[in-house]
Amino acid sequence: MQKNGLFALAFHSLIVLFVLAPLIVVCLVAFTPQNTLSLPWDGVSLRWFSAVFHHPDFVASFWNSARLALFSATISTTLAVPSALAITRYSFKGRDALNALFLSPLIIPHLVIGVAFLRLFSFIGATGSFGWLVAAHVMVIMPYALRLILAALNGMDLSAEMAARTLGAGEWTVFRRITFPMLLPGISGGWLLAFINSFDELTMSIFVTAPSTITLPVRMYMYASESIDPMMAAVSTLMIALTGITMIILDRLFGLDQLLVGKG
Amino acid sequence: MTGAAIRPSPRLPAPFFLAAPATLLFIGLILLPLALTAVLSFNVYDYSSGVQNRYTTANYLTVLQDPYYLAIFWRTLRLALLTTVITVLLGTPEAYILTRMGKPWRSIFLLVIIGPLLVSVVVRTFGWSMLLGHDGLVNHALAMLRLEPVQLLYTETAIVIALVHIMLPFMVIPVWTALQKLDPTVEAAALSLGASRFTALRRIVFPQATLGILSGSLIVFGLSASAFAIPGLLGGRRLKMAATVVYDEYLIELNWPLGAAIAIIVLLANLAIMLAYNRMVERQAKRRLG
Repeated sequence: MQKNGLFALAFHSLIVLFVLAPLIVVCLVAFTPQNTLSLPWDGVSLRWFSAVFHHPDFVASFWNSARLALFSATISTTLAVPSALAITRYSFKGRDALNALFLSPLIIPHLVIGVAFLRLFSFIGATGSFGWLVAAHVMVIMPYALRLILAALNGMDLSAEMAARTLGAGEWTVFRRITFPMLLPGISGGWLLAFINSFDELTMSIFVTAPSTITLPVRMYMYASESIDPMMAAVSTLMIALTGITMIILDRLFGLDQLLVGKG
Repeated sequence: MTGAAIRPSPRLPAPFFLAAPATLLFIGLILLPLALTAVLSFNVYDYSSGVQNRYTTANYLTVLQDPYYLAIFWRTLRLALLTTVITVLLGTPEAYILTRMGKPWRSIFLLVIIGPLLVSVVVRTFGWSMLLGHDGLVNHALAMLRLEPVQLLYTETAIVIALVHIMLPFMVIPVWTALQKLDPTVEAAALSLGASRFTALRRIVFPQATLGILSGSLIVFGLSASAFAIPGLLGGRRLKMAATVVYDEYLIELNWPLGAAIAIIVLLANLAIMLAYNRMVERQAKRRLG
């Protein structure tokens, strides 16, 4: 392995600075004691964090998003497991088409999906319903769960399953006692990725949320486009902290590079 | 994606039962709403009485002839293309530098580069609006260097800077994956056989990275062209892109058929570019495999 030259390292430092700068600034400004967006030169204050916790809209949106992500990640993972089994373990007509259909929300812009759901919801009178919002999220986050579960199934050693079958275990027993436990890392990784993607989703949600079901990213977008004060920085800092904790958990459990990059 | 071990299906059409729930959902909640939207885009819209039950191509004609919308499409294409080019120029060398790093640093910096992917786009865009604002850090830094402050917020420059920031991981990941397959001894061999650093990069590293660059640019272009939060927060009311104008038509003008027409155009353009690109990538892959 060759070493990186001085020029390469300088370039690398600039890239890292570029990547981290906006996140660092957000975290610093959140601690300002002032009323305007400014760096905390003279003293550190937690007043904007307390303002967030006393802002009923932000608190309600946070719980809304958490509930939404919990439900939609669980449902999409539950749907993804049998679908992934069908795609990897069986050969049937239309298998590639099915695979493409399930992954299509990755290709269709979320803007278009949002508009399409808005049309459907107004058609069936589902506007403002939390259940239908969950359904919309299930559709856009299922590909993330599916991809990880597909990868886990493709990389799985089949000899344990075959041994169980030879010893007389039925299909369901094989799944429950062998396949599912071996698949668990893939399933939990897929669930977490689906959860994060639901929790962060903005572009589709902004079309289909009603005042009672507004999610945190939508609330933040609306707040940031109307008024800019350090409270926005405090909410953002909390989001960054939350994401950071999730990232560390994901990294410890699976290796984040494996999860996001795939098999390198 | 396709399976490792394919067994002949036992008695019943098992895959049918396994995949049926998700298939029905995708037909009902992806294909059907898209079809409804496509129909809506042909509906007549009347400002006083709303969506009519009559059909017309006027929405598409308006969008494709009105200079206001054409300017927005043109800006969307231009900024998405510019973002893609800059992301290639920054992401490719960065991915290469990452592959050449030693043990702990490589995974640490890979996390630093791709980790922000998990942070909400709104948060990152808000960070840029603080950096680029009139009273932001960039202008403070310029003042310290005794330079004139510049108007960055609500310009195309701000949109492109933030887009590049969001898109960088989508370029680094595929290029990094492609370079992983490169045996480092090949590059060392080229150097020891007398090739210059530049020749080694051009003849060995770059061809290996090409497939990664191609698939990365496809993702980056598609996501940039339909980006919503960044032009919404950094472009102000004046600088619209495709996604923000759809939002306006739907939720402010309430002209759903026109908004639907723009959304369908965005979708079709996206699919067309993707197909053309896939062709190109396949051809490239075939050439590489000989």
